[in-house]
This record gives sequence, C-alpha cells and structure tokens, in this order.
Amino acid sequence: MPLSQLKDSVPVTGMGPQVGAYGVQDTLRSGFSSVKNELLPSHALELSEKNFQLNQDKINFSNLRNIQGLHAPLKLQMEYRAARQIQRLPFLQSSHLALDTLKGNDESISFEDILNDPAQSEMMGEPHVMVEYKLGMM
Amino acid sequence: MATLSVCQPQLGGFSFENCKRNAVLEAEVTKLGCNIPSARKTGTTICGVVFKDGIVLGADTRATEGMIVADKNCSKIHYISPNIYCCGAGTAADTEMTTQIISSNLELHSLSTSRLPRVATANRMLKQMLFRYQGHIGAALVLGGVDCNGPHLYSIYPHGSTDKLPYVTMGSGSLAAMAVFEDRYKQDMEEEDAKRLVRDAIAAGIFNDLGSGSNIDLCVITKGRVDYLRPHDMANKKGVRLIRPVYAYKQGTTGVLTKSVIKLDLEVVEETVQTMDTS
Repeated sequence: MPLSQLKDSVPVTGMGPQVGAYGVQDTLRSGFSSVKNELLPSHALELSEKNFQLNQDKINFSNLRNIQGLHAPLKLQMEYRAARQIQRLPFLQSSHLALDTLKGNDESISFEDILNDPAQSEMMGEPHVMVEYKLGMM
Repeated sequence: MATLSVCQPQLGGFSFENCKRNAVLEAEVTKLGCNIPSARKTGTTICGVVFKDGIVLGADTRATEGMIVADKNCSKIHYISPNIYCCGAGTAADTEMTTQIISSNLELHSLSTSRLPRVATANRMLKQMLFRYQGHIGAALVLGGVDCNGPHLYSIYPHGSTDKLPYVTMGSGSLAAMAVFEDRYKQDMEEEDAKRLVRDAIAAGIFNDLGSGSNIDLCVITKGRVDYLRPHDMANKKGVRLIRPVYAYKQGTTGVLTKSVIKLDLEVVEETVQTMDTS
C-alpha cells in the first residue's frame, strides 16, 4: 500500500530570494532584498495561510487515492484544470463560478470572502505586466 | 508592497503585510514607556447546563478594555441557528465574527440539506476553523442547542479542542461558576431549577471576578422553543439619579428657638419718570 504522497512534498513557497532571469536578485520586479524579510515569515500563520488551500487539496486527493484508487483524483484534477481556465484576463475580476462549484466553495463563507475583498482592493494590477506574467513571457 | 504582488491577482482573507511594521512600532513604543491600545476582551463568566428537556445558557454582560469597563450591557449569547445558541468569551470581536461566520455557514448548509442543523455540525465547523488559526483567534465558546438527537452542550477552546459535557463554564469567572455547578448540579433537572442554578453560577462569577459584572442573561432552548431572557436578573443596579436635584430642606428640619419681627418704616424721598425711546 503506497504511503500517501504527503510526507516530503510540501514546499515552502513564497519565502526565498526572488531570482530573475540570470539567477540574481531581480531588483526591478521584486524590490530591494533584505535577509530578514526573506528568511523569516512576519507572522506565525503567514506561510500556513498562504499554502492552506494547496495543502487541503493535497490531503484530500491523497485520501481519495488511497480509498478509491488512482483514477478518482486524476479525474477530479482534470475537471479542476478545465474549470480554472474559464476566467477573464488576470487584471479583471473573474467570478470563478465553475471552480467554486466544483470545490464546494459556493456553499460556504470564510474570511477569504469577508476580509480584503479583491474587488475592493486599492491597488490595481498593471494590465501589461500581469498578462505577460501569466503567459510566462516575463 | 512587493512588485510581485502586481503580477499576480490579489487574494482575499487575512493580510500579513503590516506585521513587521507593527512589531517595530511596538518595540519603539515600549522603549518610550507607553502602551499600544489593547483589544477589547469580554473577561467573562459564561456557562451552560443540560436539563431534562433542553439547554440553559447563561452569561454576564460586561466587556472590559484593560482595567476599564468598555460596555456595561453587551450581549454575549449569540445566535447560530433557530435551535442553537453560543456564548462567547475572549476577544469580543473574535467571538462576534466567528459566531456570525459559523451561523452563515450553518444556514447555507441547512438550506442545501433541507434539515434542521445539528449541534455537532456547528461544533465541528468551529473547531476546524479555530485550529486552522492556531489559537490566534481568541474565542472561547460554549455552544448549546437541541436537535433531532436531543440536547447537546459543547465547550470550545481557542486552539480548537472541544468537550461534550452536561455542564460547562468558560471565561475568567469560570472557576467561581464551576464551584456552584459542582455543588448543585443534578441530572434531569426541571427548567426552573436549571434556570436558578445557572443564575446563581453567573452571579458567583459576577461577584467574585473583576472581569464579569452588570446583568445576567439567560437563554433557554427546548425542542421547538427558545426563550432569550435579556436581562434575566440585574445583579448590579446603578443608583437612581434625580432629574432635578432637590437641595432645599423641609420645613422643620432645623428647630426654631426664638422669633422676632422688626418692621422697617420706609418713606418716599424722590420720584422721577424717565420716558423710554421706543422708536
């Protein structure tokens, strides 16, 4: 019985030097670097919250694989991937209706819906930069 | 405000942008000897008891901010669903938001299953949310209600552990209230006995704990009926202030020893008339 994939595979994303094209600190895009800012998270919950959805999905798919076999999570992930593609360009608000329905988020309310609503954010994304980033051209 | 955030769309939820700035500010302020403002806590006595037909929940009504009473009559028994109510101790904003979020989620859940929600569902939702935030959300709750399986009472701690018991107390006055419960709790009490027991437990918390005070609120939940008694009992009444203070003394307050009347003769010396200019 293969052990679930969870054990060694939770990468700590988000903390670490922001390397650009040549392996050096990309000052133009990610600002000045500071060791203190990058080594330690500013709050105990920062990393846990950033990766919460990813970790939940990993746990759920892992359980599903152990209970129902490989096909079940594969099929679900294919559906998620298809639903994730139904959205507007990155600097516009998309409703993610299909993705929410698949994940069950349309029947629950949590702090993501109440605090820091992206539709009310004060900063606007720079359209050209965001599209280039999404297409991997940056 | 890293430029990377400009490339990716914003996410909702908690934002930790200002944590480092706040830590630096706090260090500076303590160096100068002042304090940063503290959150409003409820420093409370809350309790609940299971009786023959249902649940009685009780709470005091004082909210403190450090050493000052911030709210003399705050309501600590929160609505979760028509058959489930929850008392909250700890940081006032945290208990308020947590109970409101769980109440909304339970409503959505009950609409989608078209059944009356169960207390165990509310308990599970609360404990999963509080554990996710590792105790940083300071909400200690007493959750009680009557569902298809009978009356249930849970106590939920800020880090996410829960207990299912026949009588529970939480808050800074919990030891005083628990002493009353341990002495007089019996299984399958009548409603009036249960109400009196909860009232006495909260009164013990109010009189023996600085963080609890003012009135006693009760909530009696039975199958099909909820009595929200606010206030059930005013344990600390403020004195009545007179609207127009009367400072005059009654006749006869001071004893009269002697009385002499001297008539003054006044004579008219001069009489003049001045006309007023009314134009």
